Order: sequence, then C-alpha cells, then structure tokens
Amino acid sequence: MSGINEEDTHRTIERVARESYGRLVAYLSANTRDVAAAEDAISEALLKALRVWPQDGLPQNPEAWLLTAARNSIIDLIRHQRVVSESEPTLVALTKESTEMNWATEFPDERLKLLFVCAHPVIDPALHTPLMLQTVLGLDAARIAGAFLISPKTMGQRLVRAKIKIRDGGIRFEIPNQRELSTRLDAVLEAIYAAFGIGWDDMGGIDQRGRDLAEETIWLARVLLQLIQDEPEVRGLLALMLYCESRRAARRGPGRDYIPLSEQDTEQWSKPLIAEAERHLTVAFQCGRPGRFQLEAAIQSVHAERTKSGQTDWTAIAAFYQQLVRISPTLGRLTGYAAALAEATGPQSGLAVLDGLESQAVSSYQPYWAVRAHLLQRLGKTSEALDAYDRAIGLAEDPAVRGFLLRKRG
Amino acid sequence: MQFALLIYHSPEEFAMRKNDYNHPHLGAWRAYYKALVEAKVYVGGDALEVAETATTVRLREGKRRVQDGPYADTKEQLAGIIVLELPSIDAALEWAARCPGASLGAVEIRPLAPEAKQRGFTGEWNQ
Repeated sequence: MSGINEEDTHRTIERVARESYGRLVAYLSANTRDVAAAEDAISEALLKALRVWPQDGLPQNPEAWLLTAARNSIIDLIRHQRVVSESEPTLVALTKESTEMNWATEFPDERLKLLFVCAHPVIDPALHTPLMLQTVLGLDAARIAGAFLISPKTMGQRLVRAKIKIRDGGIRFEIPNQRELSTRLDAVLEAIYAAFGIGWDDMGGIDQRGRDLAEETIWLARVLLQLIQDEPEVRGLLALMLYCESRRAARRGPGRDYIPLSEQDTEQWSKPLIAEAERHLTVAFQCGRPGRFQLEAAIQSVHAERTKSGQTDWTAIAAFYQQLVRISPTLGRLTGYAAALAEATGPQSGLAVLDGLESQAVSSYQPYWAVRAHLLQRLGKTSEALDAYDRAIGLAEDPAVRGFLLRKRG
Repeated sequence: MQFALLIYHSPEEFAMRKNDYNHPHLGAWRAYYKALVEAKVYVGGDALEVAETATTVRLREGKRRVQDGPYADTKEQLAGIIVLELPSIDAALEWAARCPGASLGAVEIRPLAPEAKQRGFTGEWNQ
C-alpha cells in the first residue's frame, strides 16, 4: 500500500474516532453501564483498525467495523471475567443484537443518555464536565487535567472512581422524565459551559478555566442540540458560545497582546458565527421560556450589534445582567453588572455595586479587581486604582492579560 | 495546609532580575506578592542567587567532595521558594498558575511535611 493511502487511512481513523467515539461509548455502555470497559474496548478496536485497515483497505462502514470489533472485545471480557450470573442478560443482549441487527446500517444514538449520566446528581459536580469530555469526546485525562488545573494522576483517579460509581451505583442510562428534565438538563448545560470557560472578557478580567477547550465544547453543544431540539436553553448555550467564539481572532493583537472587548476591531469578528448565533437565539426566544443561557447570549448579542451600529447599548446589557443576578447572584454576574452599569450611568454607580460585595469572596477573584481598577482610574482615585490594578495583575494567569493591565496601570 | 512553590528560572529569566524597577516583569512579581499577601495566604519565602553561585557538598567514604555549581545540572534552576497556607492542592495549583514564573520557567508545587520536620527537631530517639 502506498504512503498516501496509509496517510488517508490514518486520517480516516482519526475522523471516525472523533465523530463516532461518543456514539460508540454511549451505545456500548448503555446496557452494561460499564463506561470504562466500553472505552477500553473502543481503544482496542481503534488500535486494531490501525493495524488492519492499511493492509486490507478501508471497510465499507468504518463505524460499524469499529463497533463490531469493540463489541466482540467486550463479550470476550465478560466471558473472561466469568461473572456470568450478573452479566448474563447483557451478554445475551449483546450477542443477540450482533446476530439480529444489521450493523452495516444504523445503531441507536445513546449519547443523550450518556450526557445525563455524566451530569447525574449523585456524581460530584466538579466531575460532570471532565466525564463528558472523556466519554463523549474521547479527550485523555492529561488534557482534561491541564484545562482544569488538576494533576493528571488525580484527574485520572477521580474519573476512574466516577465510572465505578456509574457502573455499580445503579445510575440508569435514561432520559429523565418531564418532571425532572429541566433540572437534569441544567446540570448538563452547566457542565458544557464550564468547559468553555469564558469570563468577563472586557477590562482584562478573564476566567481561565477550560479556555483551551472552546472548539470541543461547541461540538458538544451541537451534539446536544441535535438530540434535544425543543429546549430553548440548549440553543441559548450554543448561541452564547458561538458569539464568544466569533471574537476569538480579535482578542489578540499582532504581538499576541491582549485586546479587551471594547477595543476590538469588529472587522475581525466572524460574521458567519455571529449570524448562526443570532439564528439560534431568535428561535430560543420564540419559545417564550427565557433562562440564564439565553440571557447571557442576549448580552453577547448586544455586543455583536456593534458590528452594525458601531456602538454598544450598555443600558440593555446592564438590564440583562440584572435579570441574571435575580436568578442567582454569583460573583461573575455581579461583576459584569457593575461594569455594565458603570458604562451606562457612570463609574460611581458601578463602584457602589462592587463595594457591596463581600471582601472575603472577592479576595482572589481576578475580574472583580480588573473592573474595580478600571472604575477607580476613571474616577481619578489614583492610589486606590494602583492598588486594585496590582491585585488584578497578581491574580491574572494569562501573561497577555497581565501585560495589558500593567500598561493600563502605568 | 502548607505548600511550597518551587520556582525554576531559565538563565534569561534570572537575567531579567536586573531590569529597571518599572519593567513589566518586576511589576508582575510585585503584584503577585501583593495579591498573595492581601489574600492572606502568604507564609514566607525567599529568592535564591543564580545557580553559578552554588556549591554542592557530599561526604562519601569519609571523604569530602565539593562540587562547583548546583546539585543538578539542568537548564532551568531553582530560583526561589514561596510557602503558602492554603485549604487544598487545587488552590495551590491555582496560585502556581498565576505566578509570573510559570509563564517563562516552571513552578513546582510540593506539600510541606511538618511531621518530618518535627521528628528532625525532637527525634524520637532523643526522648
């Protein structure tokens, strides 16, 4: 086989792995609840593909081929373990399906169930996102650990324990009933959002966590939307992430220096992404059930208006933040509200909001200090501003943000 | 719980110490220390002279062996230690990521071992 074909084969394996991984894990673990075994089986199937495909050529349906290979290795594993009494029904189900179903065509998409399992209330909320990234997207523990700033060993152990809990803890692979759906869906959306990791991205206040996973999380939100179309918050979340993603190129200057939202060149904002976000947000709002993600997306939509009007309607942004604060007064929302209010009505009013926050809570929250420094500077309170800038600089993780704040501090 | 941040510098970063007071690099470090102190997590620490000033001593088979230079000959060298009082390793990793040293060199996080220190001082054999 020639080198080009081999390259093609590797690329196909990569593509199939990316597109099918979550579907395969979800399908293979839906009956057994053994996510770890499903993942191992798929890894083995992928390794086998790397050996076999370059020699024998690509199978007609690569996904079905991987599924068959993975399923066979799970059946072997179950037989090998000889926990026959417990696994008998599963074994029967898997073997039966393998003979009765036509694998070359379709197999059911169980990813939605898997997403609900990952964000199940009995699983530690801090692990919802890492579990999704690993089981649905196939990211390895080291990559996830980096994004969440946890040691790879610890992340690996936590994921293993969570999967044992899924297997042995009686968590069912099912779509929650109507009564539970909205709470359970919130947890799923929350987990996807956590991986996106956007914060108050004006004035140099940035929440770092998960920032390098933007592409993966947008993919995850798209998958979720395919599976669940009539919940407006799903569209709200996707719109929110698309708006933020549309500004990616404009966030950095030629020397990789940080450029705050208010100084970004809107020519560099991606118009197709903004248009797509607009479409989703419009459909979502038509449902008449606003929620936090639709509100956050609405704030970004006001920013996006600048591409047309050249201006930002800060009064509208402040009003959306106020609604968000009413839902739940988190530090991030209060900080965003203070910043928007300051732009709409003057720095004094924004500062008053910041003054009202509890000092222990804000002592290591970087965006608070970035906004505070900016407002104090505008009020001409030089020494207080310098102090707040130092706190914001000292708490910043991104060297580009640090550089930007150092220049503003002067 | 106390953690040590061990800060490793490249030769270039060691050289940046000689920069002017107003240089951003020093500004970043000043701001970092201020944030640590204001957040009430700073316990203590110090900066170390460049690795070329180091001398390493070993006693082997009754003989002194003295070597010029640091214990390990690596490109990045220990440049300083910061000890922090924090609730968890997660918080320690967060502060390490914010350290200006993390973006140029590396920051190693180690929990302190107070029991080992206690034994060293009062040692059970001594009682």
